[in-house]
Amino acid sequence: MTTLLTVLLACYLFGGLAPLCLPRRSNLQNLLAHGCAAAGGVVGLALGVVGLLAADPLTGSLSSNIPYLVFALRLDALAAFFVLTISLVGLAASIYALGYMAEFSGRLSLAAIGSLLNGFLLSMTLVVLADNGFFFLILWEMMSLLSYALVVTEYEQPGVREAGLFYLIMTHVGTAFIILTFLILFQETGSFSFEGFRHPDQRLPEGLRSLAFFTALVGFGAKAGIVPLHVWLPYAHPAAPSHVSALMSGVMIKTAVYALIRVYFDFLGGQFPWWWGFTILVVGSVSALLGVMYALMEHDLKSLLAFHSVENIGIILLGIGAGMIFHTYGLHELAALGLLAGLYHTINHAAFKALLFMGAGSVLFVTHTRNIEEYGGLLRRMPWTGACFLIGAWSIAALPPTNGFVSEWLVFQSLFLSFQLPTLFLKLMLPIAAAMLALTGALALACFAKAFGMSFLAQPRSTHARHAREVPMSMRIGMGLLAGACVLLGLAPMLVVPLLDRITGSLTGVAIGAKVLALDGWVVAPVTVEFSSISMPVLAALLVGVGLLGLLLARMIGKPLRMRYYKTWGCGLNLTPRMEYTATGFVQPIKRVFGTIYRPTVKLETEFLEQSKYFIKHQRFEFHIEPLFEKYLYKPVVAFLLAMADRLRIIQAGSLHLYLAYIFVTLVLLLLWAV
Amino acid sequence: MLQVLLVAVQLIMLLSLSPFIVGLIRKVKARLQCRRGASVLQPYADLAKLFRKEPVISSTTSWIFTAAPYIVFASTVAAGLLMPVFVSRSPLNFAGNIIALVYLLALGTFFMILAGLDAGSAFGGMGSSREAIVATLAEPAMMLSILAIALTAGSTNLSTIVHKSALLEGVVLAPPAHLMALAALFIVTLAETGRVPVDNPATHLELTMIHEAMVLEYSGRYLALMEWAAGIKLLVFLTLIVNVFAPWGIATSLTPSSVALGVVVYLLKVSGLAVVIGVIESMFAKLRLFRVPELLGAAFILSLLALVFFYTLRG
Repeated sequence: MTTLLTVLLACYLFGGLAPLCLPRRSNLQNLLAHGCAAAGGVVGLALGVVGLLAADPLTGSLSSNIPYLVFALRLDALAAFFVLTISLVGLAASIYALGYMAEFSGRLSLAAIGSLLNGFLLSMTLVVLADNGFFFLILWEMMSLLSYALVVTEYEQPGVREAGLFYLIMTHVGTAFIILTFLILFQETGSFSFEGFRHPDQRLPEGLRSLAFFTALVGFGAKAGIVPLHVWLPYAHPAAPSHVSALMSGVMIKTAVYALIRVYFDFLGGQFPWWWGFTILVVGSVSALLGVMYALMEHDLKSLLAFHSVENIGIILLGIGAGMIFHTYGLHELAALGLLAGLYHTINHAAFKALLFMGAGSVLFVTHTRNIEEYGGLLRRMPWTGACFLIGAWSIAALPPTNGFVSEWLVFQSLFLSFQLPTLFLKLMLPIAAAMLALTGALALACFAKAFGMSFLAQPRSTHARHAREVPMSMRIGMGLLAGACVLLGLAPMLVVPLLDRITGSLTGVAIGAKVLALDGWVVAPVTVEFSSISMPVLAALLVGVGLLGLLLARMIGKPLRMRYYKTWGCGLNLTPRMEYTATGFVQPIKRVFGTIYRPTVKLETEFLEQSKYFIKHQRFEFHIEPLFEKYLYKPVVAFLLAMADRLRIIQAGSLHLYLAYIFVTLVLLLLWAV
Repeated sequence: MLQVLLVAVQLIMLLSLSPFIVGLIRKVKARLQCRRGASVLQPYADLAKLFRKEPVISSTTSWIFTAAPYIVFASTVAAGLLMPVFVSRSPLNFAGNIIALVYLLALGTFFMILAGLDAGSAFGGMGSSREAIVATLAEPAMMLSILAIALTAGSTNLSTIVHKSALLEGVVLAPPAHLMALAALFIVTLAETGRVPVDNPATHLELTMIHEAMVLEYSGRYLALMEWAAGIKLLVFLTLIVNVFAPWGIATSLTPSSVALGVVVYLLKVSGLAVVIGVIESMFAKLRLFRVPELLGAAFILSLLALVFFYTLRG
């Protein structure tokens, strides 16, 4: 294991440094950087599997001269799972990047982008391995800064720098809260090592524990993108190059999920009040619902996907929240089930979201626009990308028999098992969360019907789309890898659940893997087969079988198939792409039904011909939805800060003497206080 | 072997009975409108004829358009196979519970929406867009009403629910909760299967239709599969209602006599419910699209109340 870890570090470090040393041979730089990153991904996959299967966690540390800072690493089941997830997406993204880099060739330094990517992958991998609070923070900061640098890759484009700045500020507000969490834990244990944090005889006062819960939620929540801290995602994720978006949305926000589980179940895990879990549950359902609702209104394909990350983080938190509630009441098997559902959705989301971002990247690669309204008809022009995107959409809409369905089903089950809880309030709240999840799922279906339908079906709506061609092989391989992962994760829960069980088993103290998998693993049944079960392989076989039956029936009843192709009936007119339903039109009923949340404003300006008002010369239509959180939460805060800064400006007079006086006064005051 | 036979019988039953149900509803409507109406067997003839016709496919479409009918058909029939029909213990019980059933139907909806968009006409897009909102709003109500039922049986597996309540001789623990859940599921059924007052299966007027608009570009065997799947979907919902809320007479064991009784009783119950739907379609007008959310909102509240009643009445 130590060897694997060393090789992993070597791959990423070499991939990060070597391209910078190469002279201006951009092809070679590209190959070297992304080849190393891909190799690191392969090693990481191996490391993750080995770590998940290992009986004992692997630890290693290097002390330093700085007090409390120990470069300690620990590979336990939880960390190994996240290493696996990160490496899977990292591998696919690196292969994809080999071709995708052509987008930047000649414009930007491929060596720099490739080297940043290696650093980013390395820092993410190390974040989940870190076993010391101080070291963790350094790595966390590295991850944030490297991702910031990648977000502003195309700094010359409008909006990108603003998006980067927004991200930088949000992530640092988050970091401040994370530091607070660790300081609270440090105060009681006197050490920054995670081993100290998770010490069982650690007895933090109830109030401080709850404060740590809250600061961790805010701190990591800002990175995960939970509502209302999600506002940076739809700006930063689309701004980055697509393979970086895939990594940020697919796995970087998952490091926050990792950290939340680590803090709640590992550090503070003994016993906690029910409202912790309930808070997570509420945050989860609100994030899920609002995430998907805003995604529906988005017509920038990558922003749409970014909003879906908010949704899916919500779904993950629903599983974790339910697990926490069960944990409070000592229902450890159910707690493990909720946690397992959350973790299963974590890896699933990593796979399909990264896949979708790469699909969006491929479309962007050939059309050079992110606006869905300018796509159309791409499936005939880009069959491979289209098929991969369809698999991603199928999975994210949680339709059987894909991976999204398995994990959402598990989340549903853990919410439905709420009848075992002792209080009526929670008995009712968990099913309501399940109803929210059902609504979320249905809206996600509508959203991806829109995203796929408007982009890939019907006639091209612009010249970009008309001239689209299939993307290079390496990009297809990258996408195909993740599409395969989606299918595998969906059809083979019998492979995934035992691995996840090792994590939840170590965190909750009970192993449920043998129980969850019934009938030799063919069936997933959280309680008993009689109570509730699904069998993914059988469902898939059923679908294929009945589909073939339909084919057979059509052949038996019908005559031999002779198809005639003719243009779509357009009421006697020639049908042009302008007559197609647009994405805006598609979501119009949803916008109207949920008007209370969207608060849409519509502006229609019509200019008539002078002769008669029955003939329109020019018409202009505008519609906006109100970004609630930005308007009512962030704008006032920003305005307040600016006003305060304005007031405080008087003390900054620009005179050196005055500043020296400040220092003097402060010193005197501090001395007085010390005495 | 017996299990395989049961699945096969259930499959044949779903496939063969669904056109009859569609014909029956049409007949009831016709009689209530003082028309004689076409034979109850007309939908069979329609399907047979459609299968023989040469399909005309829009030249702008992709493979999604021709694959969708098979996927819709497959997902709907697969959903039907998961539930108990005339024997309370469905052999495929283990393969998926009620959530799987809901999501399998959603899979069909997804591809139907895509197919509606693929031809590139405004009508298909309109139908797809409306189907999306109706399906979206129906799903939470459906989930909660099902949960209310599942709680009384202590299981989310359909066979277990039906088997348990059948053995209790239809004794329900909290009748108000049951009735509310029933009402909610009935409204959801009307919405999901494209019935009045949500959608009108008889109209071909572009401005009012949802399902018909989505499949507007289909012809030949593809249309046949789509229509058949729509019929099966209706039958799935009807079976769900009669078996979950009134499982009396369903075969709880595999003795020939009880199976025979189960089949007869099932046919009677489903036909009865089809007549009720026919009557309702004759009594009500189609709602405006933006009134539909209120109807489905009512279904949601009903199912929520069912849940509250379930817990409070049990103490």
